[in-house]
Amino acid sequence: MKQFFAFVRKEFAHVLRDRKTLFILFGMPVVQILIFGFALTNEVKNSKLVIVDQAKDLASQQIISRIEASRYFDIEKAVMDPAQIESAFREGKIKLALIFPANFSKDLMHLNRAQIQVIADASDPNTANMLGNYVSSIIQDQQMALNQGNKIPYTIVPEIRMLYNPQLKGAPNFVPGVMALVLMLVCVMMTAISIVREKEVGTMEILLVSPFKPLLVIISKAVPYLFLSLINVISILLLSVFVLDLPINGSVALLFAESTLFIITNLTLGIFISIRTNSQQVAMLISLMGMMLPTVLFSGFMFPIENMPLPLQIISNIVPAKWFYIIVKSIMIKGVGFAAIWKQTLVLLGMTVLLLGLSWKNFKIRLA
Amino acid sequence: MQEIVIKTNKLTKRFGDFIAADQITFDVSKGEIFGFLGANGAGKTTAMRMLCGLSLPSSGEATIAGFDIYKQTEEIKKNIGYMSQKFSLYEDLTILENIRFFGGIYGLSNAQLKYKSEELLTELGLEKEAKKLVGSLPLGWKQKLSFSVAIIHEPKIVFLDEPTGGVDPLTRRQFWDLIYKASDKGITIFVTTHYMDEAEYCNRISIMVDGKIEALDSPANLKKIFQSESMDDVFYQLARGAKRSD
Repeated sequence: MKQFFAFVRKEFAHVLRDRKTLFILFGMPVVQILIFGFALTNEVKNSKLVIVDQAKDLASQQIISRIEASRYFDIEKAVMDPAQIESAFREGKIKLALIFPANFSKDLMHLNRAQIQVIADASDPNTANMLGNYVSSIIQDQQMALNQGNKIPYTIVPEIRMLYNPQLKGAPNFVPGVMALVLMLVCVMMTAISIVREKEVGTMEILLVSPFKPLLVIISKAVPYLFLSLINVISILLLSVFVLDLPINGSVALLFAESTLFIITNLTLGIFISIRTNSQQVAMLISLMGMMLPTVLFSGFMFPIENMPLPLQIISNIVPAKWFYIIVKSIMIKGVGFAAIWKQTLVLLGMTVLLLGLSWKNFKIRLA
Repeated sequence: MQEIVIKTNKLTKRFGDFIAADQITFDVSKGEIFGFLGANGAGKTTAMRMLCGLSLPSSGEATIAGFDIYKQTEEIKKNIGYMSQKFSLYEDLTILENIRFFGGIYGLSNAQLKYKSEELLTELGLEKEAKKLVGSLPLGWKQKLSFSVAIIHEPKIVFLDEPTGGVDPLTRRQFWDLIYKASDKGITIFVTTHYMDEAEYCNRISIMVDGKIEALDSPANLKKIFQSESMDDVFYQLARGAKRSD
């Protein structure tokens, strides 16, 4: 055990001495989260919207002026008929359309209940969802204002229709994606490089001649990166909660446990790469091309897996980030518990055990 | 008769058809400085790797410090030190950190580590440099430091694979002073080298040609046998017959 701590201490010394790399490792997730985060918020502000006001009465005007006052929307003044709306959506000129039926005011006054149709461009599902929510809450505000001092409450029902992608499938939530990406990068690449460096420099021979157990070499190499990665998880979550206002709906403890599992999966992957390669450059290339690219492509973070051809869908199953992405999304967004994600957890666990076994076997062969 | 610490019997290593080390047989006594010579590609490193447990022999027997190289590699590892051709300390760690790390993985206690590192630094005159990065030291110092680190756990045998490559003659001389000191403490030195002046410093030397040991004796006896003035000449007589080289 004492030997193990001596080794781990040395690994920390390596990591902490290399200030530039350390800065990149901690800076990268922050920058990525901010870039993704603000790119997304900018898009949602000042979204173009058309209003087809077939009612042209006081009630509809009140809602329109509320929307005008909001910083989320820019009203395209041109009055369009439904056919024009369709083409405006197709050309991407507008993100949202609001249609007041001709009898809007009448319904509201006599039936105490009126409808507004809201159509959103859901090819960008996240944005569509958000815009729909903004409009709904603006309408709700108006409803509350109307109901002040009224005995029989008025109800305005926004009928939201998602164009192109009604189920909002593959809603790209970038926080789980960035988490998967950053952890992948830190764990796989950094671990691989750190072990291969020992081979390149020649210190690996010395370690193999020493009575230090090969398995412990592997584990000690991974420990500092486990810590770095956990710090990254914390910083990503803090940023997303406090800067981007994305809440964590599920259990934070569960999220950390799952992140730790994913980190360990990646560490073993990095270890495996390092055992099969002999130069830092090769290790880096394999980690970048062989791991980063599939992570971006097949995790479901950028491109919905459901829309891929079957062979690619099958390939996506061997990408650990895919499973982690599902897990994080489920916990953060849907707020589910372990019962809903045990299968994905089991897959990650299986991958880890397999990789660890393969690594150890190959490591021993080098000794012989 | 001195205690035998390295004993090999027809130790052989094959890589496919290529026989890197061919039926090597020799004994080394405790405290001896044993020089292991040979041209490039003669099989020195292969033989040494087998003795250190880095590579498994194809056939033959050997015991290191009384332990079998097939079955008791863990025991062997505790009793040997090793310094490779490549400089093998961590350049991005300080001198003290390197000492503590290598001492640590050999299981030295904190008290031992403290005592040993102080002793080592004083011996090398590096007390003031203890907190400097190893990468900033001149090569000669690095080599001396890595030798001292290789014997920090007081092994029975230390294997040195061309330890003085690229070092100036004065530093080489100082390096050999360290080797003599270690030998006086009873540590057996097994050293490969290309420098014939260094061969003269050894108690006994063996000369490998094409994977076989062609000569094994003290430098003085070898010169007599080959009727040569110098070790250079002995080596040349043996090595010119070699069929393979890098």
